[in-house]
Amino acid sequence: MSTNMTIHLRYWRQSGPTAKGYFEDRTLSTVNEHMSFLEMLDVLNEELQLEGKDPVEFDYDCREGICGSCNLVINGQAHGPKKGTACCQLHMRNYSDGDHITIEPPRASAFPVIKDLVVDRSAFDRIIEAGGYVSVKTGSAQEANARPIPKKDADLAFDYAACIGCGACVAACPNASASLFTSAKISHLSHLPQGDVERSNRVVAMVEQMEEEGFGDCSNFGECEAVCPKEISIAAIADMRRDYARAVLQG
Amino acid sequence: MISLDAKIPEGPLEQKWSRHKKEMKLVAPNNRRKYEVIIVGTGLAGGAAAASMAEMGYKVKSFCIQDSARRAHSIAAQGGINAAKNYPNDGDSVWRLFYDTIKGGDYRSREANVYRLAEVSNNIIDQAVAQGVPFAREYSGLLANRSFGGAQVSRTFYARGQTGQQLLLGAYQAMMRQVELGGIEYYTRHEMLEVVIIDGKARGIITRDLVTGEICRHEADAVILATGGYGNVFYLSTNAKNSNVTAAWRAHKKGALFANPSFVQVHPTCIPVSGDYQSKLTLMSESLRNDGRVWVSRKKGDDRHPNDIPEDERFYYLEEKYPSFGNLVPRDVASRNAKVVCDQGLGAGKTGLAVYLDFRDAIARDGKDVIAAKYGNLFDMYANIAGEDPYSQPMRIFPAVHYTMGGLWVDYNLMTNIPGLFAAGEANFSDHGANRLGASALMQGLSDGYFVLPSTIGNYLADVQPGTRYGTDHEAFETAAKQAQDSIDRLLNINGKRTIIDFHRTLGRIVWDKIGISRTKEGLEEAIADIRSLRDEFWTNVYVPGEKNNYNKYLEFAGRVADFFELAELMAMDALDRDESCGCHLREEFQTEEGEAIRNDEEFNYVSAWEFKDRNGVLEEELHKEVLNFEFVELKQRSYK
Repeated sequence: MSTNMTIHLRYWRQSGPTAKGYFEDRTLSTVNEHMSFLEMLDVLNEELQLEGKDPVEFDYDCREGICGSCNLVINGQAHGPKKGTACCQLHMRNYSDGDHITIEPPRASAFPVIKDLVVDRSAFDRIIEAGGYVSVKTGSAQEANARPIPKKDADLAFDYAACIGCGACVAACPNASASLFTSAKISHLSHLPQGDVERSNRVVAMVEQMEEEGFGDCSNFGECEAVCPKEISIAAIADMRRDYARAVLQG
Repeated sequence: MISLDAKIPEGPLEQKWSRHKKEMKLVAPNNRRKYEVIIVGTGLAGGAAAASMAEMGYKVKSFCIQDSARRAHSIAAQGGINAAKNYPNDGDSVWRLFYDTIKGGDYRSREANVYRLAEVSNNIIDQAVAQGVPFAREYSGLLANRSFGGAQVSRTFYARGQTGQQLLLGAYQAMMRQVELGGIEYYTRHEMLEVVIIDGKARGIITRDLVTGEICRHEADAVILATGGYGNVFYLSTNAKNSNVTAAWRAHKKGALFANPSFVQVHPTCIPVSGDYQSKLTLMSESLRNDGRVWVSRKKGDDRHPNDIPEDERFYYLEEKYPSFGNLVPRDVASRNAKVVCDQGLGAGKTGLAVYLDFRDAIARDGKDVIAAKYGNLFDMYANIAGEDPYSQPMRIFPAVHYTMGGLWVDYNLMTNIPGLFAAGEANFSDHGANRLGASALMQGLSDGYFVLPSTIGNYLADVQPGTRYGTDHEAFETAAKQAQDSIDRLLNINGKRTIIDFHRTLGRIVWDKIGISRTKEGLEEAIADIRSLRDEFWTNVYVPGEKNNYNKYLEFAGRVADFFELAELMAMDALDRDESCGCHLREEFQTEEGEAIRNDEEFNYVSAWEFKDRNGVLEEELHKEVLNFEFVELKQRSYK
């Protein structure tokens, strides 16, 4: 049997969007190495409730690293220390007895806090809304194999399409830029013939929406790529900039 | 009196859907904007329906409980989506996909629905490719296929182990395009709490804004529930934590029939439970059974490392028992056999509640690179969760609740018995009978959303006077809004001593132990008694924290757990009524000596459709039966030997 660890937690409390936030401390003594990070927070919340206190709010859903709901910043790192891993898939075996862990929401003006660790990421929806799609109506598709797509292109498109929209890239960026999120969708679609048709309109609309939402510019820090749970390549940002410049110059 | 008319079109099986499409009424393009359609849920069924209907010109209001439509639980589907394209030239056809699905469901689904599903499967692939879904491809640039359980052809299309994600993002993006164009009013972090019925027709919903706690009223000409399945009644399942039965159950309590509630699929390949704190179970895609071999030690309580167990002491029980399908038997058969070997004491690991899924031979045959290319992300996921390397030692797996075939009763048009109330995807009961085959949930969700509802909704709306509005201050809205608010207030005022999760976990254990992989009359009767007493305690001793007018996740959970309590009782009643075994429903009293299900087609060849009567200490439900007519296939005892 695995033994219990003691973990010293410090987590962000904020009762609402306009309320002043603060850190709260609590020590958990029943943390098990097989627990996921979020299961540890479940245990914390059970303890708090048994004392008649409010649980800590945080976003989660699938707990399999694919829905993109969870987005905790753990000891200053989006999704915590494990490379290519969303925090719902981070297990406590990555920590040691007696560790101190600070948990914050992603800090970005485009992601306002709703409560505690929960933030509003609707800006991401609006970036997709601006052009992150192929304009094809239901029922108007041709036979799927009518147009072969080289395997390497399809594989590359997939690498970019793997984005889960969690916002870790924004949280990690000193400028709170959404460039990796935005360019991942642009690169996914522009590497496929179906998406290539609307390439110019798409890049302009999405980049402008990203700016309108209040995300910062990209200054090539590369922090986004380092924390991305799907390890999306920063090469997408270069592609986006090139396409944007070309589209604007062409008018 | 409730009519259980499935409204199956006349004519030969292959012509039913095309004839029906020809005969259904249409709404003219200039009139469509006069109709509003509410769609609850943004998974494959809801997202696809919202996009498609908005494209057609209907005014759509779309609701989801997550912070974005893209997070719906369809996103977590791993393995693939079936279609009868027959690209591999291995003898597939619409008929064969239909037949496999009917047989896989152990002859407890409607022929006409299943045939339609198989028929539109090919259009789904076309549509997804056109949207830019990056399916796996061969070096020729053409689409790749793999095989899945319950079939002897390769008809599954996939995008690595993230097929659900890619298909959902396709539907989500199509939907967001319509949000931009003004065709969809988009509500996130909203939970549907009541359906509003006026003059016998669904005319709207009540939602709670999960950020502000506000109770909101929305009126429309039709309501579609695409709110997923109820696997979380088991507490531990492969479902996302927010997946719930509330929308469907509240509709049920307003008169919508709930069909086959006891038909729950237990997926054979999940990562085993490690402790009490466990919040969910993680699935390892069924596609792994293409290359992985399932085995246990022949020796009871064998505590050797699996790599130290010699070949002749390994019991490849699926291959021995089912030589023609081997490791690719359907899910129900694989799950049941895992339970049987564990019950015999042959289970692996410390808990004895696991079997091995071994890639040793596949790696030796194809090389590690080939296996990594096929399953790399699944292997990584396993290594991360279990802390063991599946390239060098077998995975440990165990069955877990995964999908619910039961759901709201719908007719061929996907309309419930309440006019104007439709149900799609996992939320309805329609296509999978008593067991769903792998890679067919994505197919059904998208079939319902892209191709079935956009046609059948017009047929309904054509008879609704455009612009009919009762106003959200109508008595029915007042009453429904009050019901929603009252149940929230009641929960917050209990102020008891036990947490919501504690109740949910305890309920889940009862349901897993007694309404799980195998059931007995005695166990089911015990389950009903246990559920009732735990439910009584819940309503007097649960602690619901926080406020109603703020973001409050545990308050959301409390309402959902309250509904799960009622559903659980109905599941037990349904399993008790069905004195036979079929598909996932194994009643121990009705099985062969080898543990195979014994169906009773004479007496139980029906869909059980339950009508809510009252809940006054005990749940009162009346059973209606929709007898299944098999005109085109012959009912046989399933055999995968």
